[in-house]
Amino acid sequence: MTPLIEAPSERLLAGIKSLLASKGIATAEEIAERMAQTDRASPAQGARMVARAWTDPEYRALLLRDGAQAAEAMGIAMRGLPPLGVLENTDDTHNLVVCTLCSCYPRAVLGYPPFWFKSPGYRARAIRDPRGVLAEFGTVLPAGQRIRVVDSTADYRWMVLPQRPVGTDGWDADRLAALLREGDMIGVTVPSAA
Amino acid sequence: MLAPGAPVRVRDDWPETRGPCHIRTPHYLRGRRGTVVRQLGAFPNPEDLAFARPAPTLALYHVAFEPRSIWPDAGGDEIVVELYESWLEAA
Repeated sequence: MTPLIEAPSERLLAGIKSLLASKGIATAEEIAERMAQTDRASPAQGARMVARAWTDPEYRALLLRDGAQAAEAMGIAMRGLPPLGVLENTDDTHNLVVCTLCSCYPRAVLGYPPFWFKSPGYRARAIRDPRGVLAEFGTVLPAGQRIRVVDSTADYRWMVLPQRPVGTDGWDADRLAALLREGDMIGVTVPSAA
Repeated sequence: MLAPGAPVRVRDDWPETRGPCHIRTPHYLRGRRGTVVRQLGAFPNPEDLAFARPAPTLALYHVAFEPRSIWPDAGGDEIVVELYESWLEAA
């Protein structure tokens, strides 16, 4: 018998899928839909949520109260996924997200994590020297703004709600969303209209 | 249930020295004092889930720590971490 580790991955996948189906855990269609969802997820989804929060106070309140519900409101399927917490940047406090244990990341709204998010270097340094890490991303915070590092260790996934950049008065949500990069929603960068 | 603002201490426990285990409490926090921010809900204990054992539901808290109480050269102003009630004791 071929050792499991050497078995062709397509055959392993087919075997697991047929086990899940025969045990009534998940159908082939459900698995295909979840795979498609995972591939569709990208920072553009988080950006749409942030841009709407900047232009719609009721949505902003919902986003801060229950991120998963706010994601659902934008058509992002959250069923069966961890709760989504949203950290609001203010004049007083800037939030930075790290998972020092491994790689917890709000994939449903930001897609696959950037490669550095899982690196031992980012995980060790973001928690201890966040200003140094931000500087390497070219991010300089205003004097007096505190840094809160959120270590994502358990059942939540965390995303940052950045501050709306100056010089964007009158912009609609689509134009605002186009400003946002994934780092803005992790907290390593801040959006700018310049 | 712990109220927001409650002072707590993370248990100074090292299960990884006693055998195979799954831990969601970062080592840098063991034995450290912090302050409860709020409860985040309740979830099956991942330390049991990881071994397919029956997993009791535990309260999960956001707890804030002063970074310089952990590392004298720390550069941030606050560290906030998700911790299960089983790891917290009154301080």
